[in-house]
Amino acid sequence: MANILDIRRRIRSVINTRQITKAMKMVSAAKLRRAQDKALSARPYARMLANVLNSLVSRVEIYDPVTGEPKHPLLAQRPEQNILLLVVTGDKGLAGAFSANILKAAVRFLQSKPGKNIEMEAIGRKGRDFLRRRYPARIPIGGERAEDSVPKTESEVAGIFLVGEQVGVLNKLEYSMAADLAARVIERYTREEIDAVYLVYNEFKSVISQRLVVERILPIEQIGVENVQQAEGMTLEQKERAIEAAKGTGVGLRPKETKEIDAAAEKFATAPVDYIYEQAPEELFRSLLPKYVAIQIFHAFQESVAAEHAARMTAMDAATNNATDMIDSLTLAMNRARQAKITKEIIEIVSGAAAAQ
Amino acid sequence: MPDTFELEIVTPEKMVVRDSAEEMQIPGRNGYLGILPGHAPLITELSVGVISYRKSGVTHRFAVAWGFAEVLPGKVTVLAEQAQEAGEINVAQAQQEKQQAQELFASGKTEDDFTRAEAELHVAETRLEVAGKSG
Repeated sequence: MANILDIRRRIRSVINTRQITKAMKMVSAAKLRRAQDKALSARPYARMLANVLNSLVSRVEIYDPVTGEPKHPLLAQRPEQNILLLVVTGDKGLAGAFSANILKAAVRFLQSKPGKNIEMEAIGRKGRDFLRRRYPARIPIGGERAEDSVPKTESEVAGIFLVGEQVGVLNKLEYSMAADLAARVIERYTREEIDAVYLVYNEFKSVISQRLVVERILPIEQIGVENVQQAEGMTLEQKERAIEAAKGTGVGLRPKETKEIDAAAEKFATAPVDYIYEQAPEELFRSLLPKYVAIQIFHAFQESVAAEHAARMTAMDAATNNATDMIDSLTLAMNRARQAKITKEIIEIVSGAAAAQ
Repeated sequence: MPDTFELEIVTPEKMVVRDSAEEMQIPGRNGYLGILPGHAPLITELSVGVISYRKSGVTHRFAVAWGFAEVLPGKVTVLAEQAQEAGEINVAQAQQEKQQAQELFASGKTEDDFTRAEAELHVAETRLEVAGKSG
């Protein structure tokens, strides 16, 4: 039988842990609310941009009438040989399987594209750590190994490399960061170094409506429509746990009502009038298309940040519940031990008294 | 003809302004445009500059950088990549950015460097201008 004092000490330590996980849950909930609001306030811009582009599409000849080739390089479809994959994970842990799930989806995507050269860029420390170990960067040509030697690492055999990383940017997410990334990606795409750009991230509509998606952002197929290639929704169990965690934290389960703003954004640049174009529509189209890519990336980052906080909130809620269970069973064990000790003492007294008679 | 029009300024991060105005100036690609209620429908790209609008005699000024605007007879919508009102501008930071841009200008080698330095300089100077004039 365990020592009562020991059990009591353990209970105290578990209570302390529970306090920490509870506090972390509340902090995550507050951060989640903020991230959700931010994602919402970015919506009008994205919608309006898509609208303008769509209305320009009807005015501009995107495809060359003779050859049928798209006039804008970002619309050009090429056979996929060189692929860039942007993997969006979290910077910090203690968020359950959040980053692990995204990385699993990323690995599945890699397996679905055998024989291609895939370059990856990790956004978030967790993804960077995993991918760097598994798919280290290419050894520079003329480096320590001869060019004709046999490929050794798994990543060299597969033609998969981690080429870039962005760590610690999601915490203070700014549009300019997404815009810079987009500009870099677009430049490489235009130079035909890469033939397609995919984004793997955790889509977040609300606490109970999340998906792990792989989205193709380049080439652009249809403006205003997400090109989802691979998606995985939440299981019922995950949803229940998320609902449980969101209780009493002030996090809404449904996305906020934004009809009015959405409706206003919807109307943007679609008025049935003949606009005066200060620039030629072609020119406008050309300068707006890269912004569309940037806002898509930015949006994905925002949703991923919200999803990370939601995952941490759920994980910490589970930890708090587990701690409570543990305290209960420890208390039971302690009471049993105490009772056993009392019983033993009584038996000793009684048998002592009996022996004295 | 109503004597005001609706006005919205939106950035990727948030809705900056929802207001009504009597007149407005926006920095179009080909120069500043003055807008009064009942303006003909127009779509234009924006360059770096100052958006100002007047409401009940008070002029509001914003430093904007890139974007585009839709003008309708009763409504103006501006989508800008950056838009900051005078009060939001961090003067010290803008000054630092200005200095960095000037350094890049001095040390730049490629055409790209110069283009970027010029653009950054312009953004920083616009911010300082907006911060200074109404502050």
